Amino acid sequence: MHLSTIAWITLTVPLVAAALILLVTRTSKPFAAGLAILSALITGVGGWTLFLGGAEGTFQGFNWIDFDHAFSIPFALALDPLSRTMLVVVTTIAPIVFIYSLGYMKEEEGYWRYFAGLSLFLFSMLGIVLADNLVMMFIFWELVGVSSYILIGHYFRKESAADAAKQAFLVNRIGDFGFMLGILLFWIATGTFTFGGINESSAVFIQNPILLGIACVLIFCGTVGKSAQFPLHVWLPNSMEGPTPVSSLLHAATMVAAGVYLLVRIFPILSTSPGACEVVAVTGAITALGAGILATQQDDIKGILAYSTISQLGYMVAGAGLAVSAALPMFHLFTHAFFKCLLFLTAGSVILGMHHEQNIWKMGGLKNKMPVTFLTYCCGMLALSGCFFFSGHYSKDLIMACSWEHHRTVFWLLVVAAALTPFYMTRQALVVFFGKPRSEHAKKAHESPAVMTIPLVLLAIPAVCAGYPFVEHFFFHSIGTLAEPEVPHWVEIVFGAAFFVGIAAAALIYRNVGEKDPIRIPFLEHRFYIDDLYFWIVRVIQGGIARIFSFIDRWFIDGILVRGSATVVWTLGFALRFLQVGNLQAYAFFFGAGVVGLIYLLLTVK
Amino acid sequence: MSLLLILTILLPLAASLLIMVGADPRRTALGAAVANLAAALVLFFAYDRIDGGWQFLSEWKILPKLGINMTLGADGLTLTMLLLATLVTVSALWVAPKVGKHEGLYYISLLFISAGVIGAFASLDVLFLYSFHELALIPTFLMIGIWGSGDRQAAAWKATIYLGLGSFVLLIGLIALYLSIPAGHRTLDLRELDQMAATGAFHPSAWIYLILLVGFGSLVSLFPFHSWAPPAYACAPAPAAMLHAGVLKKFGLYGLIRIALPIFPEAMHELNGLLLLLVVGNILYIGYVTVSQKRLDWTVGYSSVMHMGYIFLGLAALNLIGINGAALLMFAHGLSVAAAFALCGEIRSRTGTLDYAELGGLAKATPVLGLLFGFAAMASVGLPGFANFAGEILVFFGATAYGPAMIIPVIVGVWGVVISAIYMLRAYRNIFWGPIAQRWEGLADIGTGAKWSVILLLVPLMIAGFYPQLILKMVGTALPR
Repeated sequence: MHLSTIAWITLTVPLVAAALILLVTRTSKPFAAGLAILSALITGVGGWTLFLGGAEGTFQGFNWIDFDHAFSIPFALALDPLSRTMLVVVTTIAPIVFIYSLGYMKEEEGYWRYFAGLSLFLFSMLGIVLADNLVMMFIFWELVGVSSYILIGHYFRKESAADAAKQAFLVNRIGDFGFMLGILLFWIATGTFTFGGINESSAVFIQNPILLGIACVLIFCGTVGKSAQFPLHVWLPNSMEGPTPVSSLLHAATMVAAGVYLLVRIFPILSTSPGACEVVAVTGAITALGAGILATQQDDIKGILAYSTISQLGYMVAGAGLAVSAALPMFHLFTHAFFKCLLFLTAGSVILGMHHEQNIWKMGGLKNKMPVTFLTYCCGMLALSGCFFFSGHYSKDLIMACSWEHHRTVFWLLVVAAALTPFYMTRQALVVFFGKPRSEHAKKAHESPAVMTIPLVLLAIPAVCAGYPFVEHFFFHSIGTLAEPEVPHWVEIVFGAAFFVGIAAAALIYRNVGEKDPIRIPFLEHRFYIDDLYFWIVRVIQGGIARIFSFIDRWFIDGILVRGSATVVWTLGFALRFLQVGNLQAYAFFFGAGVVGLIYLLLTVK
Repeated sequence: MSLLLILTILLPLAASLLIMVGADPRRTALGAAVANLAAALVLFFAYDRIDGGWQFLSEWKILPKLGINMTLGADGLTLTMLLLATLVTVSALWVAPKVGKHEGLYYISLLFISAGVIGAFASLDVLFLYSFHELALIPTFLMIGIWGSGDRQAAAWKATIYLGLGSFVLLIGLIALYLSIPAGHRTLDLRELDQMAATGAFHPSAWIYLILLVGFGSLVSLFPFHSWAPPAYACAPAPAAMLHAGVLKKFGLYGLIRIALPIFPEAMHELNGLLLLLVVGNILYIGYVTVSQKRLDWTVGYSSVMHMGYIFLGLAALNLIGINGAALLMFAHGLSVAAAFALCGEIRSRTGTLDYAELGGLAKATPVLGLLFGFAAMASVGLPGFANFAGEILVFFGATAYGPAMIIPVIVGVWGVVISAIYMLRAYRNIFWGPIAQRWEGLADIGTGAKWSVILLLVPLMIAGFYPQLILKMVGTALPR
């Protein structure tokens, strides 16, 4: 089979599965799950085939819109080192999460809805990966948004889940507002929106670097929404209302990384705009630190991981903003996808074992009751914390080392965040797995079935190894250089110190902790009051505008209505005087007047 | 084939006649509507796109001295609108099986709306274009007044005044246009008018364009001539709201494309600033008004006003991309708003209310209704996969290409997409999600007829969303290249 055929099949199979589940197998649990898993496995085979086959080039599909070549929006797949590596990430993780869901969702209702949503998501995500131009990426961008909406709102009868789904969609739309304007601006400036085209368009902007900066920052707005960067980060922690496998696949490993992937896609042109890069790097670094701080005071097992995801995405975004190499953020995206997916799935296993209790202060001592979960959790936790010989260490330190060379402010923000990561992860590990059980559920906790633990083991392998130089070479040698920059020795020591300080501090505080968190900082528990501020803005400002406009409209209606009848009569008389009464005019006039008269009679005479 | 086009107008009228003499109203009406849909499909695919231009022509002389003939014909735009009209007609007739009173009159009214609007789209003569539209308007008012709910008489009266006045202004504009043609050449034939304008044989004043814009504009609820629409749709029975918001309202846009665009290219350019101001009002102002609505029917009613802003924005782009986008959006919005009103009606017939505060959690009791409403809401929000998205994105590209004057309208337009999401998702969340109140737990799910009548609207919407070329190639035959 030709590689282009394989690419198209890989993309469309999940869509077919979603459609079949919706139309045919709504009543059958095994068929709905079976179709979804089968499609995910097919994409897995397809993804790896394309990667190993070194598929390269643009595979033309059809012109989605075409005005005889005056303007067209082509539907084409771009296969290059970047999309091939991303393809492997998505199509490797997706089948694992799909299979894990079999165990996790066993007792839940809305089975078909869940698997249709996952399949739709997989299709949309693959579309983002393979898109050859910005418009096509935007299309799939919106589609992952709606699949995320469906999946976050899976427990739609819960108020919190319903609100979270809506918020996620709307906040993403705000980001997409900028994204769309960015596409339009690039198009009007360069005449193209293919990635190849805009990445080679730097000559167009030589005279006008500000325009380029604006266009890049507008596109970056899409990233800010999708990758939950400050100030649009609020939706991601709330999205944890969705089933845990969804949090794992969408809101940790793949979908939220799409924002970073977008930056990597436009990296050649982005890196020519120092202003835009500054915005990107600083946004990423602030997010990395801010979310890291908030993660230290979360009590929900998934909430901690959610903030850590935001923080790690901040690293990636900052990495893109350093304008060193597209491979730099991509490498962290790669390792993060595996270990964060793993962490969420272990959290899911814990939640299931705890009968859907998510508060870590109700847990404790789970390490003996859930040994597989515990060991795999440790792999993920150490990888995230940046422990030596674990994947996260390689990719995160690389970003920090590069930031030392290119942007000192970003460097210091990231270093502090790097000390916070092991802190909050150690806190989580100690409270959840060590010590004494803090509730009945914790006493009776049990290990999850094999359909869930095997995926954990499978993911633990890349969580450990994905950063090793030979793996990095295998997946990244054709994307760009990832040479470790020369940094002073003390900077390297700082990296190591950050890790140990974080662990030591957490161990000191939480080693023999009781029923409650000894540290309580309301400012952090309330998420810096940002959510409250937004709530206020929406309610008072947006709502105020809406109410004022609505009032005007009502008043306007009434104003017109009062004078309505008089106006009609006046206008008719006025027109009558000015029109010569000829054949045509009279006919037409009486037609119009007749209508009004007839209706008047019909409605008023009873 | 030209006979088939005539039949699409005659069939609904013939069915009305049969109902008057005692045929079963629902079956007769549905039969005629389905036959009409089949005819529209045949015509749609029989049209020769390579040749383009007007096809399936037929002509009767009415007042030859004044240059008035009844000429019927169709090009790609006509046929797209014909397809829209027949689809929505079938759906509107099918959706509600029970009519409270005057069943015969009810179906006759719907058939007259259908016949009138098809006649308007298929007329090449401006007088008949206008008259057919009037023919469709009258039964719309009747339907609101007789079968409506809430404060129906006031709503019907308001719509009558506004639309009657709008039609009247339009009539003045058309007469002025006619009189501005040099004596001896006077005609109301669109083809000849286009040709005269193209060759520079006559230069109507920009004032006439302004009058036409106000006239056509009030029919389409262009800001600030919009305030008739929301109460009318809120009070109208679902089928009337579907046909009017979905199809009949598009007549004003159709008229602007057919008459203003070819005849007033310069005036449209000069007065574009005014139109853009109104467009911004339509999207931003009406958008926020929509957000503050507390009932679903008012939300959908206002949203249908707001979405007209995008179509006007596409027209104001005055270029290939924008106008094609506007035409595609006319088709897409017609289907999606009809689906939304159909589902509004379904909800109201079950719960007796559309107030957000009283509803909630219905998806548990009525999962299929919830699913279909989700599709309709997403179409309205402009999600890719539905034709609405394709239309909107073309409008944005077209408007961007117009030049710097469009910076603010484009920003407002793209922000409008966020506003749409706010009110539609809020509606969905408040009605279908969250915990279900006890009194709604026993609600019956959507009926078979209503379900399929909504699917009938959603399927073409998605086909055109996946492959917009299907519609764009057709409407392109009618639009300036």
